[in-house]
Amino acid sequence: MLRTEDLSVHYATSRGYIHALDNISLDVASGETVGIVGETGCGKSTLGKAILSILPPRTRVTGHLLFRGTDLNALDREALRRLQGEEIALIFQDPVTRLNPLMTIQEHFLETIRAHQKVSKREALERTTAALTSMRVPESRIRNYPHEFSGGMRQRIMIALALVLTPSLLVADEPTTSLDVIVEAQILEILQDLKRNYRMSLLLITHNLGIVAEVCDRVAVLYAGKVVELGSVTDIFARPVHPYTRLLLQSIIHLDTKELRSIDGQPPDLLFPPSGCRFHPRCPYAKPVCQEKVPPLEEFRPGQSAACLFGKDFV
Amino acid sequence: MTVRMPGDEFSDNSLLDVGNLRVYYPVKVPLIQRFFQSEKPFVHAVDGVSFNLKAGEIFGLIGESGCGKTTIGRAVLRLVEATSGTIRFEGVDITHLPESKVRPLRQRMQIIFQDPHASLNPAMSIGQGIGHPLKIHGLAWLEADVRKEVLAVMREVGLTPEEQLYDKLPKDLSGGQKQRAAIARAIILRPQLIVADEPVAMLDMSIRAKVLELMLDLKEKYHLTYLFITHDLATAKFLCDRIAIMYLGRIVETGPAKDIYESPKHPYTRALLQAIPIPDPMRRAPKVLPKGEVPDAIHPPMGCRFHPRCPAVLPTCGWEARDFLDYLEERRSDPEKGREDELILGSLEVWKANGLEAGRPCEPENIAIITEYVRSVFREAPAPMAQALDDIKVKEGRIIVVFRSPAALAPKEVEGRLVECLLY
Repeated sequence: MLRTEDLSVHYATSRGYIHALDNISLDVASGETVGIVGETGCGKSTLGKAILSILPPRTRVTGHLLFRGTDLNALDREALRRLQGEEIALIFQDPVTRLNPLMTIQEHFLETIRAHQKVSKREALERTTAALTSMRVPESRIRNYPHEFSGGMRQRIMIALALVLTPSLLVADEPTTSLDVIVEAQILEILQDLKRNYRMSLLLITHNLGIVAEVCDRVAVLYAGKVVELGSVTDIFARPVHPYTRLLLQSIIHLDTKELRSIDGQPPDLLFPPSGCRFHPRCPYAKPVCQEKVPPLEEFRPGQSAACLFGKDFV
Repeated sequence: MTVRMPGDEFSDNSLLDVGNLRVYYPVKVPLIQRFFQSEKPFVHAVDGVSFNLKAGEIFGLIGESGCGKTTIGRAVLRLVEATSGTIRFEGVDITHLPESKVRPLRQRMQIIFQDPHASLNPAMSIGQGIGHPLKIHGLAWLEADVRKEVLAVMREVGLTPEEQLYDKLPKDLSGGQKQRAAIARAIILRPQLIVADEPVAMLDMSIRAKVLELMLDLKEKYHLTYLFITHDLATAKFLCDRIAIMYLGRIVETGPAKDIYESPKHPYTRALLQAIPIPDPMRRAPKVLPKGEVPDAIHPPMGCRFHPRCPAVLPTCGWEARDFLDYLEERRSDPEKGREDELILGSLEVWKANGLEAGRPCEPENIAIITEYVRSVFREAPAPMAQALDDIKVKEGRIIVVFRSPAALAPKEVEGRLVECLLY
């Protein structure tokens, strides 16, 4: 469905280029949910924006971004615009900022549908109500404005809006971060139902490993703009290979936590990323060679790869 | 009514004692609207909350956004005015102390905010910021003295190398470092009580533990008492001695943290615990979630505020007219029932809810048909709501659905904790 090959993104700033993503290669199969996890500044949101081609101007993008075999980076604007929305849709962390406060919910839907497809207003309206009802948004509120809805309801409207064109890939960037736990659980349930009913692929970008464990099939762990580990959720949570993955998992505070663990140091400045393995300054197992050699992403178990020179020792 | 845990009546080791605290915020209403409204609307942010903190304990106030936990933290420090109730600090009623008397008190009660970036003055260096309270409270005047104390406290909170960081601006520090600076500023006055409002919520997972450990170390060293405010049940479980679970301005369950996590009693506590994602893909399980979202605090639900969402709700929990209209709205999303409802009951807008009574105008010839239809709607409604129906009557050309008054609700002692729920 979606494949990135050596995708790199460099943001231009007055102080130089920020290496936000560095040679990312991963794929999302049809009907699959892939989680992208990492901490602030690891490049996970940049990846979502790159897939939707909504990076700021003057950003340097190299590598390939293939959607069903078509290279998105090579498409012209019009073709790209068609593909987005119809085939690839995005939902954001904060639905308030993505809905126009001056437009009713109905107007949002009509605009979206008619920007992409030539359908009568009547049919567009029918599809709007169908999409909203499937998200459990009462039809009677179709003429309300965004501010008249609660946070969870707004996020459900956003999801309905993203799905009204029945895309085959949904990119969700922290879709539940601004919501409370109960509403978060409700939204995650909805996303899973959708995946099952429409065989849609889902790329879930989050910092919350608990959410990944609950909904994803596979997961890519990002650190400082690089994929450090990639594999099935069960493998990664039960048998992580990369030291960063292991330490990150140990640092989660959950209901069974008996002692607090953390990772020393802080994520690096991506203007000047560390040489060699980017995690080496914080890695308790780092050896001198880690400063020099960039570890390749290697397969250590079937379907599970990690970018660590000493991965073998951790298998 | 002030409610206390049995056996911990106000005593010498009670550092903070909050009794029946209410904080209402007025809602801004446009001038024209004010002419038509007889009642002034208020957000019932905190609505009758009682708890106490013993010296040296960590007390967790837990709840979702809008439950009033942050308002309580601020009211305790007198950063917002209490509408009613009492706040006693070290046995002294501080609820209405004049500001001039509150100031010296703040030496002994400090706060750490959620957003470390917003809580540090961007124009002050880290060192100046941390030392500022010393100057405000007149504890040190000479620059050299302030600097010495600040450097010592910076070492204590792990802001090292302290000489180098002293002159840095907040923007040059990472989130974790900024939060350490905020902690340093809070402890430099050697307070007794620290209100920590979501102190790690904005930090990355990998550094949260370090900041929490620091807070625990400082507590041991200086015998601090924490009022720990959080939405994160997992962190609270690890940290707190006692907790209070809040929902829409009320404490629904409070007691020793260990007991509540082991066997939560209030349906809301159970729902919260169940909703937390478990970081183990082998333990995926379907969840029974409460429906809907937290209603607004301007017109909180009658009876138990959780009743419209509660999976264990009873007929006496506070069913009211609004719940009936919500149920009608829910039925509208069902194509078949929705169409029939619309035909007979009319648009939802003609129905008006007023406390226990929901009504609509009705022509005399339609009374029988509508009454019978409303009865059939109640037959299909969830049993607790249906059983709460008192009467369907006709008055002054209106057809009115009347609910029974809810049963009185008060915190009850259940297995060593207080629970506000009619199930017990």
